[in-house]
Amino acid sequence: MRPSGRDTYDSLYFTYPHFEAPDVPEQKGSAIIHPVVIVGGGPIGMTAALTLAKYGVRSVLLEKKHTFNDGSRAICIARPSMHIFERIGAVAPFMKKALGWQFGRSYFQGEQIFRLEMPHPSSEKFLPMYNLQQQYIEQYLYDAIASQPLIDMRWQSEVSEIHNHADRMTVSISSPTGSYQIEARYVLAADGARSPMRSKLGLRLHGENYEGKYVIADIRMEHDFPTERRAFFESPGNPGGTVLIHKQPDNIWRIDYQLKDGESENEAMLEHNIRLRIQAILGDINHDGDWELEWWSVYSANTLCLEDYRHGRVIFIGDSAHIVPIFGVRGLNNGLADAHNIGWKLGLILNGNASEALLDSYSPERRGATLDVFLNAKKSTRFMTPPTRGWRLAREAALSLSLRHEFPRGLANPRQMQPYSYSSSPLTRFATRDTEFASGPVCGSAAANARLEDKNFLLDHCGDGFTALVFTSEKTSSILEDLLIDLKKLDHRFKAVFIDPHASEVAEIYAAGEGTFYLLRPDLHIAGRWKSFKTDEILESIKTCLGL
Amino acid sequence: MDYVKKELKEKMPFEGFELAYETLAEAIDQAGEKREALFLTKLALLLAHEVGDIARFNEAVSEALEDIRL
Repeated sequence: MRPSGRDTYDSLYFTYPHFEAPDVPEQKGSAIIHPVVIVGGGPIGMTAALTLAKYGVRSVLLEKKHTFNDGSRAICIARPSMHIFERIGAVAPFMKKALGWQFGRSYFQGEQIFRLEMPHPSSEKFLPMYNLQQQYIEQYLYDAIASQPLIDMRWQSEVSEIHNHADRMTVSISSPTGSYQIEARYVLAADGARSPMRSKLGLRLHGENYEGKYVIADIRMEHDFPTERRAFFESPGNPGGTVLIHKQPDNIWRIDYQLKDGESENEAMLEHNIRLRIQAILGDINHDGDWELEWWSVYSANTLCLEDYRHGRVIFIGDSAHIVPIFGVRGLNNGLADAHNIGWKLGLILNGNASEALLDSYSPERRGATLDVFLNAKKSTRFMTPPTRGWRLAREAALSLSLRHEFPRGLANPRQMQPYSYSSSPLTRFATRDTEFASGPVCGSAAANARLEDKNFLLDHCGDGFTALVFTSEKTSSILEDLLIDLKKLDHRFKAVFIDPHASEVAEIYAAGEGTFYLLRPDLHIAGRWKSFKTDEILESIKTCLGL
Repeated sequence: MDYVKKELKEKMPFEGFELAYETLAEAIDQAGEKREALFLTKLALLLAHEVGDIARFNEAVSEALEDIRL
């Protein structure tokens, strides 16, 4: 919502473009079957389109609104998401504008009780977290789309009906220029938490709702504090509720505050009450200067997801498939990982490089990631919004003890996202090979980054297809050469990166010796690793990852 | 006195402490609002008996009384 006198798109700092509905070939009688139609032009739909384009696959991207999201909403971009933006060629403006961070503080009754530090080893290219308003995230992704001829983005275009056929879907669209139908081999549903696509297919989310309600508000103020996550428990400014404060670019600050038990949501959402509450909270951070109200909304924590993220030719990505509590910053970030995951898989399938069987791995991998979030979210949500009197009392006691004791302080840890590992994915065939290694990234996990001698980063050398990290100092053997030729035959984008196993930082991070071999997937997760390479297992691994 | 604090802090790894926190929260709910004080007092007496050291118990009592604002 916006303050009275300002309309939905009247922002203090962001100028919303107005996109017209296009004239489309289908209205002139074209009946081509599109490889992919994406429903929903938010950050998840746009990332899916850009990933597909990376593999040369055309898509039609439908967005019912005429512009970007009305409010800031998601603001935290985690390191793995920056890697995704980099791989789809969109990261540059994010690096310029977003505010990187790695620290946080939690306070109880005004006293600091917990210091959050997210690891940032020198081997990493990106910071653990970046703050950026969702409008900018959408703007930057859109800028990449606008210069990408493979993506046909259609604004003000709403799906009215869908029909499933054996070999394709028919999607009926209404727009100001008229109604029409398009045909698609696959449909990606990226239409958000309230997903009309979900309802059209008669699907429901399952899981838990939590009681606690949060107001999320953006304000503009000159306030001198580093980019950190600050959490306030039982602060004088919002007694009976928790407060979170995040810094965003353009002097915009995000204030999330929990409503008291039994407090009326309708009352709390009135502009007058929003202003009173924020004014009191600003007292807690010693801000006595001016501030302006930009936007606000209300939020309650849920852990809900679909039982299967794929429904025939329709695949759900982002909030349409899962709703997670905000405290772990996994909503946007998990959605981006969904988009990238389905993007490379559909990309290879539609190019004829992989079989449709590969799609079967999407739901286990990404739904697995959601369930993992739920596990962590349950703990942090119970701490942020204690569901019952017992949990409230236990929290109050733990916070009170935290003033003088170290041992309970970890309970206030927001448990920010850890990248999910696909170790039990059907694509990870030889996870038992992990036992050969004393350390290093395990099968299914995201590949670790490392600095190379040329000052570049290891992951910058990876290709868009599969990548082998080959640790060898000798002239390559004929067996190894044959293996690399076979891999290239299976994936024409395949790339091998040769690394000296002796005295290199990479070898240490990967616990590698002479002959060690890591096979990376296009999303830079580890398909398999072998202390000493095994031709048959490596070929079997890549075939599995290609659905062969 | 210092050794007591050390004991209280290092007795348990965080994962174990977190489980205790969760069990306690659920048990308070189980006891119900009217009986929660009785439940918590019984629990404290049981743990005192378990610890078996009156000096450590007294120390824990004064630690728990800290920062209780009226």
